[in-house]
Amino acid sequence: MAPPNNRRTGFSKRAQYNAFYAYLAGFVGVVLGCVVLLTSLSDHSAFSGLRGLASDAVAPVGRAAATGRDEGSSFFSAIGGFFTSGARNARLQKETEIARVKLAEAEDLRAENARLKALMGLPVGDIQPVAKARLIASTPSSTRRFATLSVGRAAGVDVGMPVRSPLGLVGRVLEVSSGSSRLLLITDSESMVPVRRADGVDAFAQGNGDGRLHLRLINLGPNPLRPGDVMLTSGSGGLYRPGIAVAVVTELTRDGAFARVLSDPSSSEFVVVERPFAVSLGVPDPDQAPASSGPLAKH
Amino acid sequence: MASTPPLHHSAYGQGINRAHSPLLVRAVPWLSVMLGTLVPLWLPIASAPLMPPISFLILVSWRQLRPGLLPIWAGLPLGLFDDLFSGQPFGSAILLWSVTMIAMEVIEAQIPWRSVIVDWLAASVIIVLYLLATLGLANASGGHVLAIMIVPQLLVSVLVFPLAGRLVSWLDNFRLMRFRTLF
Repeated sequence: MAPPNNRRTGFSKRAQYNAFYAYLAGFVGVVLGCVVLLTSLSDHSAFSGLRGLASDAVAPVGRAAATGRDEGSSFFSAIGGFFTSGARNARLQKETEIARVKLAEAEDLRAENARLKALMGLPVGDIQPVAKARLIASTPSSTRRFATLSVGRAAGVDVGMPVRSPLGLVGRVLEVSSGSSRLLLITDSESMVPVRRADGVDAFAQGNGDGRLHLRLINLGPNPLRPGDVMLTSGSGGLYRPGIAVAVVTELTRDGAFARVLSDPSSSEFVVVERPFAVSLGVPDPDQAPASSGPLAKH
Repeated sequence: MASTPPLHHSAYGQGINRAHSPLLVRAVPWLSVMLGTLVPLWLPIASAPLMPPISFLILVSWRQLRPGLLPIWAGLPLGLFDDLFSGQPFGSAILLWSVTMIAMEVIEAQIPWRSVIVDWLAASVIIVLYLLATLGLANASGGHVLAIMIVPQLLVSVLVFPLAGRLVSWLDNFRLMRFRTLF
């Protein structure tokens, strides 16, 4: 297709000025973009109000789309189920038998845990969730991994609250507006989750940028991790409560491992927002009580 | 054998008393780029960036198919809208889309001959530079992602670009559809 021959504005002063001002506006866009970008890079929450308004505005469509998405994926998995049902049935029977044994062991451990917690004076019982919600949107093409949650400040959600699904940890709340909130997924490269293997090998799980997590061991030495190890939150730092499943080790590296996220956000239909671990234990928030010398200093 | 041709027949409708809708003619390019920002948000929640930047592909396609239809300053409002949802640091799309519109104006003045291959090649260079720039800005805002991680996204984006061009040419036909008018 030939380019249009309309660059020349002719003798019309009006056309000349229009062309000139259009170019000028183009460069104003560049300059304004630079200014806004520098502002937002120096202060990450600079435009969070504007983003919140926008995400509130499109949240109803997101909710509808989430419903359609769930129905669509369950439709396809139902069709797929016809072809794999035999093999799956056999596998599930085997897994059930193993699980029955594990359940008995877990019962025993639970009783022992309750006894030990009572000795230490820690509160026993499940942590009450702040809200139940849906993931209604996620950033599709940016390397930053954010998702949008279908509830906001009106439901009691606040910045810093951990978010989990029945399968494992999903992320934490980064920005809240009245009807929706923005989530930093654990696969984002800025997210850092303290994790440990059940027998106490500590590591940090950081997003790798390709949907996997990079586990960095805290104690250097021979790499004790093995493919198939399940990493749980360790509870250190006071944000995520201990014992939430995070990832499964898939590939070893020199100083740690790569791990697959257990709670894949694309299959996390419903998620639960919880209070930060330290707050739910009754430890004062260091941001709100700057006089105390640390979150655990009083204990 | 002599079949009479219809009174008026074009790709945009047939019959007399037909005219373009001024609303569609003006709004479709802007709305299509904005929908390109919104619709990918609602596709399955992604744990890795694989999706091409659809709104940007649509913008570049409109600029190539109908030069001058979107004004040179279109990157400012459309980029602002994209920044609200993209997860990039705010201002990233305002800056990069404005630069893109100016750069495409310059490219068009320098390389006036056009063909599918030339357009695709020019768009590929623009898309690759754009994605690398967004990666740099995302890393500046706190991420730590290596450039090698977005290679699949680069490939997908470059390969999908002709499809975006198809979509835009279809939207252009829709934009110029003729409706019955009374006057």
